Order: sequence, then structure tokens, then C-alpha cells
Amino acid sequence: MSGKDRCGAEVIIVGGGVTGLSAGWWLAREGIDTLVLEAGPIGWGASGRNGGGCTHHHSPLFQEEQRLWPQMDALLGYPTEFRADRVRIARTEHQFKLYRRALENGLTQGFHTDVLDPKQVRELVPYAGDDIHGGYYYHFGGHANPHRTVQAYAWAFADHGGRLVEHTPALSFKTLGDRVIGVLTNRGTFVCDQLVIAAGPSTGRLAAQLGINVPMRCARAEMIVTEPLPLMKIGGVDGNGLYGRQTLRGNLAYGGGPHEWVDLYEPHEARAHSTILQASLARRLAELLPKASHARVIRSWAGFIENTPDGRPIIDRAENPLNVVVATLSSVGFGLSPASGRAVRDLVVDRICSFAQLSTLGLARFAALEPDWAAMQGWLPVAAAAGR
Amino acid sequence: MRSPRALANDLSSVAGKAPPIAEETDVLVIGAGVSGVAAALTAARAGARVMLIDENPVDFKSMAEEIPLHFGGRMSASLQNRNAALERVLEANPSLAEAFEAGIEVRLGTACFGLFPKHASAAWMEVPAAGLVDADHAYLVRYKQVIVAAGRRDMGLAFEGWQLPGVMGAHAAHRLSVLYDALDAKRAVLVGSDNQALEIANVLAVRNVQIEAIVEQAGEVRGSSEMLERLEARGTRFYPGHVVAKAQGDLQGVTRLVLVKVDAQGRHMPGGTVELACDTVLLGVAAIPAIELLEAAGCCVRYEAARGGHVPRLDEFQRTSVEGVHAVGDCAGIWDSKNGGDEIPAREGRIAANAALRALGREVASHDEAVLPPEPTRDSAASRLAWVSASVLNATADPLVCQCEEVNAADILNLRPPRYVPLPEPRPNVAPSNPQHSALCASPDLVKRLTRAGMGGCQGRRCREQVGALLALGSGRELCKVPHATYRAPVRPLPLSQLAALPESPAMDEHWDSWFGMPSQWIPFWRVPPTYTVANRGEDEAARE
Repeated sequence: MSGKDRCGAEVIIVGGGVTGLSAGWWLAREGIDTLVLEAGPIGWGASGRNGGGCTHHHSPLFQEEQRLWPQMDALLGYPTEFRADRVRIARTEHQFKLYRRALENGLTQGFHTDVLDPKQVRELVPYAGDDIHGGYYYHFGGHANPHRTVQAYAWAFADHGGRLVEHTPALSFKTLGDRVIGVLTNRGTFVCDQLVIAAGPSTGRLAAQLGINVPMRCARAEMIVTEPLPLMKIGGVDGNGLYGRQTLRGNLAYGGGPHEWVDLYEPHEARAHSTILQASLARRLAELLPKASHARVIRSWAGFIENTPDGRPIIDRAENPLNVVVATLSSVGFGLSPASGRAVRDLVVDRICSFAQLSTLGLARFAALEPDWAAMQGWLPVAAAAGR
Repeated sequence: MRSPRALANDLSSVAGKAPPIAEETDVLVIGAGVSGVAAALTAARAGARVMLIDENPVDFKSMAEEIPLHFGGRMSASLQNRNAALERVLEANPSLAEAFEAGIEVRLGTACFGLFPKHASAAWMEVPAAGLVDADHAYLVRYKQVIVAAGRRDMGLAFEGWQLPGVMGAHAAHRLSVLYDALDAKRAVLVGSDNQALEIANVLAVRNVQIEAIVEQAGEVRGSSEMLERLEARGTRFYPGHVVAKAQGDLQGVTRLVLVKVDAQGRHMPGGTVELACDTVLLGVAAIPAIELLEAAGCCVRYEAARGGHVPRLDEFQRTSVEGVHAVGDCAGIWDSKNGGDEIPAREGRIAANAALRALGREVASHDEAVLPPEPTRDSAASRLAWVSASVLNATADPLVCQCEEVNAADILNLRPPRYVPLPEPRPNVAPSNPQHSALCASPDLVKRLTRAGMGGCQGRRCREQVGALLALGSGRELCKVPHATYRAPVRPLPLSQLAALPESPAMDEHWDSWFGMPSQWIPFWRVPPTYTVANRGEDEAARE
């Protein structure tokens, strides 16, 4: 099969989110003929709108995440607005204890954290208030602009000859023996040598068509955004039960709090509605940064996001078919994307990840998972949960 | 160890956390213009509990920030006296007294920042509710049916100096003058000449605003020549085939306007300039249905030329695609014969109220014929495109289209990142090398993401239609084929402190977590057990996020 066939590619990636685009870019920059199929516009789900955090100290991809982010603008050739470091503010002893985990996990992997007293927090964070228990200054991690990063991947991917087809959902797959040989879409069949499924909330449904069990459920989550404020020295400030940042433009963009489990066949076709949860987010943001509580909320965001039963990513090669890699980052994919894309590239090309031990992200861990795991965990849409 | 069954609630989810809602009404009507009052009276006279809100008087600070209309700083200082403003609004709208008498709960100075109907994927609120905000606080009201009569706003149009005080929407000027008696303008130039604009100019002219001139990019008046003649009789000069080249002025605002002659393609013709002294520029290029509340509530929206732009898809009972949500008045569509009097908006109001009453289970007899707009006689999309082409795209000065985020037409068409973004070295081609990814096939939402046009404090009110037009011009698409940028609550900018004061259920705080509240998600990889089952999942609280 010709790899340069315009109706196909050596590698087809289903899903133009941050994971699929990063994988595509890593493959394309080596000259591998790669095509990304995206059901809607690229990065339209949680890839393009999220807290922008790049601080996943619990993940086997952490070291690579930390190594890559400071280089991404140069590697991609387009801006991501990455900013290093992160401050987390605890208003209670409970929060202070929770946020210490990053210190411990960082330390184990050779990254330093300063413990801050309330006065030090106020010096670093001019919008912080008086009721502070303490805080941490993590000398690692940071944040980037999700919109800009998604587009940077897409443009860099295209610059290396990668092809991107938007508004083209994968409908089903064509197999021959133990291999997938094509992806069927409303624009015809795209043939491939290797297939990557990185389709966010649709990953489970698509993989199931190939007999691959990727357990996951989809939920709706929300964020709020204020008008721009004068820039703080460190934009990556969160805590008090919120994740988020002050953007480089000055807006406060924060999320957190409860999610709503949903049952959607085609998440990309559904609109994720904002709800009055925005008031609860505003309340906690006003507590976190009381000197910014005059700032006006000018928009909100809601989106659908997937989680595996244990909330950890799946980045693995399927046992069968033989040429399929599955990648879902289970709701924490943005920050890890430079590293997850490279891991996918390694699994596609070398069958094994060269820089991290991915065993905890494998499909095999779910071999004994209860069939009704979602119900057992209470991961049910509101109506279904109420009807129990 | 607890049994798996005991784990069957996800305490970190929204389930069971619906906020307490203190107030309830059968029919909520948003907007006390002709259509809203007609809807409220119809529903109340049939025995329904009705709440009628209207955001006027808008507080002075919001007006100064161009919310909800482009007021251009032309509010007279008298408006800072809120009680006086309130009295003035009551005086100017006698039908409010009728509403009070009919037993309607009338709330002035109260805006709706979001409608939260139940959706399949947003069901935790249990009941549909509206988020309301007045000068002091935000609160929720439960409604059974809601009728949105949110009116219209003005299309923005960029030219050099359009950020000066005194450049304002024509309808904003009408609102300040007629409703508030507080328009601080003496000599105005009107940009645009359709019937909506000419009518406003005629109203202002009899209210002591000298309409110095009317500027129209087209070769002839777009609206009624009779209305134009009435203005000309008062000394107004008409400049067909012209656009504004620049506005000049000082801190107090516009003092001078320079017009330039354009050819049929909207190209500026050398030497064809006119200078006018004025203190106000009225943007009357197009009246835009104010659909933000409806669109953000999930109502299906489409471009309908006969209704003057993007409007909610309506059935013959003024019902939108979302159950229990109706649209009437200008936000349901603007056309000449509807604009001409109260008959059509009032009929829409009655029709919607009757539909709401039937949905509430009341038997109502209705004799109103469904309202349908006539086939448009003029191509309003072509006019918008021609204006943006002549005034914005062909301008020599590269005016900012999005004032809040400082984005010009070239930035939008090239998807250029905003200027605060430091570009890596070596400086890349910011315009992407692959033409497939240029703005020529972009949607306004992509433009928002990449250039920030429309992402500022005025919530895109002044640039939204210009961005749509630029994308149509850049790609050769029809305007109706360019998707509209989505809206999100709050559709009125709302201080964190006000939003924060809304009550929440105790369960919200008890189980708040910054992410999904899954301990297993945060176990460091070197401590992750080899297999996962629900039965053996850890409940290590310290591992929450």
C-alpha cells in the first residue's frame, strides 16, 4: 500500500485533540506519513479549553513533560504561551495537606518546592487575601494557553507534511485478518498501516468496534473566565479547590468542583451547557483571590471529558488488532500532551516507549474490572442516578 | 472495608447539589418593551403568576463599559442618580403602570445573566431557573415558562478613531434620549441609512439633536426616501457613496469626522474627502437581534435574512427549540413592517404568552394569526458586507475591529496571535504555511481562540458582526454560511463577588474537589497497583486533588 496515497496514510490518528495532534506532530517530524481525522474542528473539546496546567507529578510522563514544555515554542515554531512554575494557595489545613503531595512527588523525582507562609503568599500573589493557611511554590510545572497550543501542534504538524481532515468523524473500521486497514468516514475510506485512536470521549466506543475494551465514561465540567486584570508575577496560581491560572492576557480562568456524568453517543455533536455552577466557581475564586473579587466574569465554558475507571490515562497497544494504539488521557491530557504524543509515536514506531515506563497506563490493568463498574462507582447521569 | 454497593454514589458529582431557589414564577418575561409587556399582560390576565423584568435603568458603570449597548460615553451625568433614572424609566414607559395594576411582579433595573433550562446533559439543577442581577445582588428565580423580549443592539463598524467617546450605536442613542432623557449629544452624524437608522435619526432630530449628516456606503438611501427628506428639511446633508475615513477629537470625544468617497467596490477614492464638525457619530449600519440569552440557553440559532440576521429558530407559537423558552420582539427578528409600529411585536407577545399558558395546562382562546416576516426586499447581508469592506477592509489606517482586545482586520484574516504573545525565535510565519488553515475557512469561534477578537469586556457586542463579515469577505462565503460565534452565560459581565453570593447547597461545599475526586487518579505511578477493580480501589483521602 502506498503511504502517500491521498486517501490514506501510513498512520491514521482518529482524534484531533491535543493528544492526537501531538502524536501526529511527533510522527510527521520524522517524515512518517500521518493523517489526523477529526470529527469536528480541532481541539474543540477539552483540549482547547482547560486549566492549561502542566504539572502532573504523579504521572510516569512527568519527567518528559517537564523536559519538553520549556522547549515547545521552539520545537513547534508557534507560541504556546507556556510559563514555568506554579503557586498553590491553601486556605485550610486540609488543603495544605492535600497540596503537599506535589511537594513529595516532586521531591521523589528531583524537583524542588518552597513551602510558603501566608506573608510569602501575599508577596507573590497580590490578589491573595488575609485568610491564608499557607502555600507552596513548585519550581516545576507551569501553564500554557490551550487554544494556542492546540493550534501550534496543528500548524507544526502541517508544516512537517502531516494532513489534517476536520469535520470527518470515523464511522467504523475495515479490518483484514489481525489488522485494521482502513477508517470509514462520510468522506469515504482512508486506508492505513497503523491506527491510533485518540478520540477523547469517543475512544471507548470506537475501540469497541475493534473488539478492544477501553472502559470509560464521559462527564461535563465547567470553568469561568474574568475580564483581564493587571498581571501577577506568577500566572500559575491556584488552590482553594480550584485549578486554573491568570492568562498572559490577564484573565482569571478557573475551574473545579463537581462534574456531571452524561450518556452521549456522539459527544462532539452535543453542546455542553454552562450551568449555575459558575456561581460556586466564582465563590471559590473570590475566596482564593479576594483582592480580585471585583473582577467581572465575562464568560464561562463547559465541555465533555472522559475518565477511565481509575482516572489514569490509557496509552497502550491493543493485543488485537495488531496495529492499533489507544490513547486516552482520562481528563488530564493537556499538560501531558508533549510527552503523551511522543509516547504514542514510540508505540506506533518502536512498539515500546523509549523514555518512560508505561505499565501503569496499560489496558491490562482492567482485566478483572467488574462489568458494572460505572454503576458501582456512581458514574451515572443525574436522571439515572435519581432513579436508582 | 466497605462493600462495593456502598460506593454507589459519586459524591464529587453534581448529583444532589442543586442550589436552593427562593423565588418562583409561572411565566418569566425578560424585557419590558412592547412585546414583553404584551406577553406579560396576556399571561397575567389569564391568571398565571408573571414576573416581568427589565434591565433599565442600567447602572451607570455598566453603561460606561458599553453594556448592554454601545453608549459611547454619551450618558449625561444625571444618570448617576439611580432613583431619578428609575423614575424616568417609569415615566417613559406608561405600560409598566398597567403591568403593575395587572398584578405582575415587575422588577426594573434587573437583568438576566443566564437562562438555565434543563438539558439531557445538564440536568442537575432539577428545575429550570433564570439568573437575575440587579444593582446589588444576583439571585435565581425558578420559572416554568420564559418569554425573552431582549430587544436589539447596534452592529459595530470600525474606522480610525471609532474608539473615541461619542461614537455610539444609533439604538443606544435612542435609548438614552427616549427612555432616559439623558443623551449628551448636540450634533450627530448618522452612519447608515436603513429604515431603522432613519427612524432613530428622525426621533432624535425632534429631541434637539442636530443630525448634521447621513453617510451611506451605497449609492442611494437604503431606507425610505420620505424619512430622509424629512431630515434633509431640517438641514441634514446626505452623503451616499461615502464611508467614515476617520474620527478625530480629544478626551471629551469626537469633534470632527472625515468622510471619504468610495466607488462601487468600496475602494476609497483619492481626493474625495469631506470634513464634518460633530460631537457624536451614530452607528446605524444594522440593527441586530439581541439573541445572546437565547443562544447561550441552547436555543437553535440560524441566519435568517428576512429576520435581519441570526435569530432563534421559531415555530408559529414563538417557541424556540428549547422547551419552555419563547422569543418575541426584536430578538425574534427585525424587519421594516414590524419596526413600523406596535402591532406585530405586541401580537408576538400575545402568541408567546398563549403558548406558555397552554404549556402550563390552561385553556386559552387565541385569535392571533402567526407572525411571519415578509420576503426581504433588500439584501441586508450584502449591505453589511459592503460596509465592512468599504469601512474596515479598505481602510488605510487598519482600524481595530475588536477594541477590547485590540485586533484589526488583518490580524483576523491572518489568524495572528495577539500582540502580547512573544513569538519564539526564529520568528515563525504566524500566518500558517498551509492555506487550508488560514482564516479563509475559519469560523468566528476559531478567530476568537486565536486572535482573541470578541473575547473582551464588551463580550463581543461591538465586533461580532464585523468578524463574521470579514470571514465571509475573506473566503467568498455567503454571510449566512459563516457560523455564528457561540455565547455563554453570564451574558452580562458580573463581578465575582456578586456571582459568589448566590446560595449553594451544603453538599456542594462538603464534597467540593478541584477535579473528579478520584483518589486513584493521583496515586504516583511508582505506587500504582498492577490491577484495578472497584472492589479493591483505595479510598485514600489524602490522594484527592
